[in-house]
Amino acid sequence: MPRTDLQVEDVPLAAPILIEQFPNGLTLLAEPMATVRSAAFNFLVPAGCMHDPPDRLGLSALLAEMISRGAGSRSSRELMIAFNSLGLDRAESSGTLHLRLAGSTLARNLIPALELYADVILRPHLPEAELEPAQELALQELAGLEDEPRQKVLLEVKRRHFPAPLGRSHHGVAEHIEATTIADVRSFWERLVQPRGAILSVAGSIEWQPLRDAVSRLFSAWEPQPEPPLATAPPLPRREHLTKTTQQTQIGIAYPSVPITHPDYYTAVGAVSVLSGGMSARLFTEVREKRGLCYAVWASHQMLREHACVFCYAGTTNERAQETLDVTLAELARLGAGVEDDEVARVQAGMKSALIMQEESVGARAGSLAGDWYYLGRVRSLDEIQAQVNGLTADRIAEFARSHPPCDYTLVTIGPKPLQAPA
Amino acid sequence: MQFHQATLPNGLTLIGETNPAARSVAVGFFVKTGARDETPELHGCTHFLEHMIFKGTPRRTALDVNIDFDRIGAAYNAYTSEENTVFHAAILPEYLPQAVDILSDILRPSLRTEDFDMEKKVIIEEIEMYADQPMWSVYDEAKTLFFGSHPLARSVLGTVASIAALQRDQMADYFGRRYIAPNITVVAAGHFDWQQFVDLIGAACGDWPGGTTERARPAPEPRAEFKVLAKETLQQEHAFLISGGPPADSPLRYAAEILAHAVGDDTGSRLYWALVDPGLAESADLSFHEYDGAGAFFCYLSCDAERTASNLAKALAVFREVQAEGLNAEELAIAKSKIGSRLVRGNERPMGRMQSLGFHWTYLNSYRPIDAELETLDRVSLDDVRQLLDAHPLNEPTIVALGPIKEIARP
Repeated sequence: MPRTDLQVEDVPLAAPILIEQFPNGLTLLAEPMATVRSAAFNFLVPAGCMHDPPDRLGLSALLAEMISRGAGSRSSRELMIAFNSLGLDRAESSGTLHLRLAGSTLARNLIPALELYADVILRPHLPEAELEPAQELALQELAGLEDEPRQKVLLEVKRRHFPAPLGRSHHGVAEHIEATTIADVRSFWERLVQPRGAILSVAGSIEWQPLRDAVSRLFSAWEPQPEPPLATAPPLPRREHLTKTTQQTQIGIAYPSVPITHPDYYTAVGAVSVLSGGMSARLFTEVREKRGLCYAVWASHQMLREHACVFCYAGTTNERAQETLDVTLAELARLGAGVEDDEVARVQAGMKSALIMQEESVGARAGSLAGDWYYLGRVRSLDEIQAQVNGLTADRIAEFARSHPPCDYTLVTIGPKPLQAPA
Repeated sequence: MQFHQATLPNGLTLIGETNPAARSVAVGFFVKTGARDETPELHGCTHFLEHMIFKGTPRRTALDVNIDFDRIGAAYNAYTSEENTVFHAAILPEYLPQAVDILSDILRPSLRTEDFDMEKKVIIEEIEMYADQPMWSVYDEAKTLFFGSHPLARSVLGTVASIAALQRDQMADYFGRRYIAPNITVVAAGHFDWQQFVDLIGAACGDWPGGTTERARPAPEPRAEFKVLAKETLQQEHAFLISGGPPADSPLRYAAEILAHAVGDDTGSRLYWALVDPGLAESADLSFHEYDGAGAFFCYLSCDAERTASNLAKALAVFREVQAEGLNAEELAIAKSKIGSRLVRGNERPMGRMQSLGFHWTYLNSYRPIDAELETLDRVSLDDVRQLLDAHPLNEPTIVALGPIKEIARP
């Protein structure tokens, strides 16, 4: 059995997190990691697709595509060469809440990389000639979703489960993408790409003082803007079948849970882990191992601002889809009937092991720091999380499942025929 | 970091790299058997067997296997390729004995008929899942066409028909021939004690049978075929362009990585500037796949259907230009910087390092410290790239397109 506190002998645990809050609202978070040669960074700017104007859905994704097409003194091509010469693997993407600019490389190239990002964020060219290629890529990505029903079903569940504008996908709407002008893109950048609420998290082989000085030098001139209002929209139907000729039927389910700010958060995550934490968890065991109904079945805890839910997915051949849905829903409901102590012990072992192994990954740590800061305004320590995981019990998880039953669920299916779901 | 190596009397090889600064240890059992080692009636058997390994032993039911792994918080899985089947787990150092116990036990599976029949359904679900993903469908079609009669032509998953026809005893026979000690290498990386590891493996695997295995290694004969597969339910066109490359043990493989990067990395490569940056294709990339006695460059293209013909022509124009003129010094320098950075980062975690150690041992029978890899990479010259292109031309690939279009003129 796992012992209570998983610790690695002779290995220093994580160094304290270093934090600097700049006057313009930007927060710098850093976790020095002694045993690596690399560093990863994660820049979250509060310009995600929830800020897209209602008649320009897809705008933040167009900005993400265009923002590195020339910046500061460099053309698009020169900037690309500069990035690649630093051995940087990078991506700019539009999430629901944030525009995310993330990368990783050897630690000695971190500050030179951030110098390039200061140009990208503060001084992008956003040239008119680059708009059409960006639109073409966005339209192809949107069309490509039709060939990826597994991805599409999750986006459709998200769209119907979360209130607007949180349910949006960054992919946007074809007509809006086509109608977008360069003035729209530039205006979005001017209004939304701002330091208020922006987070830069860094993990790896880093020295704090030079990093802090560099970030101060590079981003002090960044001017805060007023916080923009969010557009709301009426809710969509929560149950939907999308007809498509496919080998498998895709099933996506979502039902409410609690966010990280809630006292029951760890219990909620523990409950999802009983369902889907490892290969001995309930969904994998009941749906795949005992019945052979599918290859992929899982559940996970998801959060967007104050809203949290359990997302559940299964993909199965069409003639077995009804049984898969029935068994899956029955498993979700059965959680409230009770949980075994041994299941909780396995959940605890998995959560703690993942926690410690995360300390070996610069990318995972950079992401985790930023997530904690956004949701909690602080970074959780390993000890704090470990104590919470130790506090999980079978009774607490079952009680939580009873008080948060999967009855008011969103259900989307994609396949040749609709499935029958209880009301 | 220190490298270690041992061989048990039955022929099982153990290698490891100890890193006291790591927080975890990763262990992998590399079985040198894959889809290329199957006969036509065994098509898909290697991958199906990989699943069956998790279905239990005289000591454990299928559920016990999963429960025992989860009890120690292991991050564990397995994969099957054309040439290897690998079972791996990363755990906190204190759980090494339990992890070795589970992995070594499941590698002597019971292959119970009721488990076999149930797992057959899961395998068929997996095949159907990939059938709904056009990139994988066209990958298999293109690879099969490119390799022709070579054993690497065989797909890893098999077909619904081949899996349905497969019998439990056929799998047991295949297992008996392929999962012998001399055909397996056990690899560990991270925070662990080498002597303890040798003792654990020796006690658990010392009685595995020895013997010899064979693998057919006909010379590959790269083909330049062209095929269009129409599937009107698809929105976009998905295509693979495949040409020959050096095998895994060739000194040219570093030049091949550099060529693939300069021509087809996902940002800043020639294909990127020709097709993705101008918005003509959603993706266009090139990657190098190395095999035992063969190699290939795989280019994947996905785009709006009506642009397929012109995009294929543009991709080929990129290949022809590179074939005629080679790379330039700036491309070489950037590729080295980027590949070197990925090499360092990919080997920082024990799981990544273990995979890399296992790969080198399986294909090269050697240990390569990361800094030695970086030095070799750094020595690649433009002449090496030229030599590679002369030996393995990029400009006459096999092309297979899958999507709504029925006919495309051969570019």
